[in-house]
Amino acid sequence: MTTTASTSAQGAIGRSPVTPRSGVAAVLHDSWVVAKRNLRRMTRIPEIVVFGLMQPVMFVLLFSYVMGGAIQIPGTTASSDAYTQFLMAGIFAQTVTFAVAGASAGIAEDMTKGLVDRFRALPMARAAVLTGRTFADLVQTAFTLVVLALVALLVGWRIHEGVLSALGAFALLLLLGYAFSWIGALIGLSVRSPEAATSAGLIWLFPLTFISNAFVPISSMPGWLQPIAYWNPFSATVQACRNLFGNQVGPVDPAWPMQHAVVVSIGWSIVITAVFSWLSVRKYRRAAG
Amino acid sequence: MAPAIQAENLVKTFGDVRALDGVSLDVPEGTVLGLLGPNGAGKTTTVRVLTTLLQPDSGSAQVAGVDVLKHPNKVRSLIGLSGQFAAVDEYLTGRENLQMVGELYQMSSRDAKARALELLEWFNLADAADRTAKTYSGGMRRRLDLAAALVVRPPVMFMDEPTTGLDPRNRLALWEVIESLVEQGTTLLLTTQYLEEADRLAHDIAVVDHGKVIARGTADELKAQIGGERIEVVVHRPDLVAEALAALTPYAKGDPAVEKNTRRITVPISGGAKVLADVIRELDARSIEIDDIGLRRPTLDDVFLSLTGHATAAEDENGEDGSAERKGRRAKGKDA
Repeated sequence: MTTTASTSAQGAIGRSPVTPRSGVAAVLHDSWVVAKRNLRRMTRIPEIVVFGLMQPVMFVLLFSYVMGGAIQIPGTTASSDAYTQFLMAGIFAQTVTFAVAGASAGIAEDMTKGLVDRFRALPMARAAVLTGRTFADLVQTAFTLVVLALVALLVGWRIHEGVLSALGAFALLLLLGYAFSWIGALIGLSVRSPEAATSAGLIWLFPLTFISNAFVPISSMPGWLQPIAYWNPFSATVQACRNLFGNQVGPVDPAWPMQHAVVVSIGWSIVITAVFSWLSVRKYRRAAG
Repeated sequence: MAPAIQAENLVKTFGDVRALDGVSLDVPEGTVLGLLGPNGAGKTTTVRVLTTLLQPDSGSAQVAGVDVLKHPNKVRSLIGLSGQFAAVDEYLTGRENLQMVGELYQMSSRDAKARALELLEWFNLADAADRTAKTYSGGMRRRLDLAAALVVRPPVMFMDEPTTGLDPRNRLALWEVIESLVEQGTTLLLTTQYLEEADRLAHDIAVVDHGKVIARGTADELKAQIGGERIEVVVHRPDLVAEALAALTPYAKGDPAVEKNTRRITVPISGGAKVLADVIRELDARSIEIDDIGLRRPTLDDVFLSLTGHATAAEDENGEDGSAERKGRRAKGKDA
């Protein structure tokens, strides 16, 4: 290390500090650099991606084969095929919300390992560490959805409204996943231990995804729970996907958010993204050791 | 010439702990200031303020003439930071780590690539360039971390305990790198718990304790400040320590220091070799068996001890780490 020291430190490259890019260009450039880093990590730790896939695949198999025969969807006879059609939008939506866990654990890990300090001492866009992270999570979510859709097709799920509608549904799902990864970012910045971040990221997803129309019709829930389930951002996305996939059996629930599911879904995703990205970036700036 | 690093009256409290209690310092361009102190003294907090990672409650600071609080992003493009815990992404290769940092310093991706290669060669990491940092040894990671701090050849460098936890060979190698950087004109602020490190690398030393700079000067000045020579005695059995201390006390020109576990007594004296001979005769007369005795000039350890009333690194090493400092806890000074 010492033999060449005196010469190579004097090389010509990057001689003078470069002027930072400004505004949007800086955010985009730096986000992309950070996203590249996170995507590379995913290829180095394929376990994360594989285990991220196993859980939803298991849900597909368990729900359609084990519970499908017992749960009757209004307007159909109890059969595992009818339930599979009903179920799939719910599983897709649940899968994208698990992006929360990835973002929260990843960011908490960067905080504890000192990487966030490295980033914060660099002349880079402040938000980029987080936007880069959530973008990488979006890519992972998209990959997971593709695999999951293939598994779903294998167990008998079908789309009935054409490819464009189906793509629209996947776009809604990705939007929801992106929104939720910002919730994960805030959790990751708040707890500061990757283990705590994983559980804090997941625990509230269960009530959120179960008090919804994902696995059972909302009309079968007790009356006091129904408004919560109807206004659950998750329910709107599930309903919108059912419509777009052509998986809706019988009339759509008359509740307002269910009747306007696409708009409500988009609205929720935008609001969640806006609020949580603002909170996260603010928290990141203040993240003093 | 204006100092490359200047801090005035920095105060930072975490809860009811005053991590920084009015730290002022300046580092002239092209020199090395060693910030010396025990864990929890405020060294890391000082570095975090100067590197824009932490907002002080009050006080002001300039780095390379730029106000740290007003223009943090400008400061960031002029500094390199190498931390206590090697902050590299262990799932990226060495090359990818350095390229990423280069790109985030706003270099073009081509320059970032070329610079990464240059640094990998300089730090003897070329063979490991395309392995993930996870497979690196501790010394290699530390080198990679330092390389990351040097990507833009920053005129001002901050190193927070650069050699903590390294074996002697790697420590020496890193010292040589640091020395070559300084030769080329880099201004460096270095925190350390190792007196030896400060003695070797720093032009100037600021001793920090309880969030304050309690002494400042060159290593020689600080040693002269507490003056005199010392007699160091290691007795053969622990139960002899008390009696040996009694024998030495008449010769002492200051408070003796006793390390019970090593059976070592250090006493400031004046009179040199003659006093040493007297002491040996005295110990012999009392039949106190000794393993070692010698006359020595004060070390920075003595300086530290006499300034703070407690010793520095060695015995704290396995205890609190930098995160304790971040959380605002304060390592208790262990009295020798």
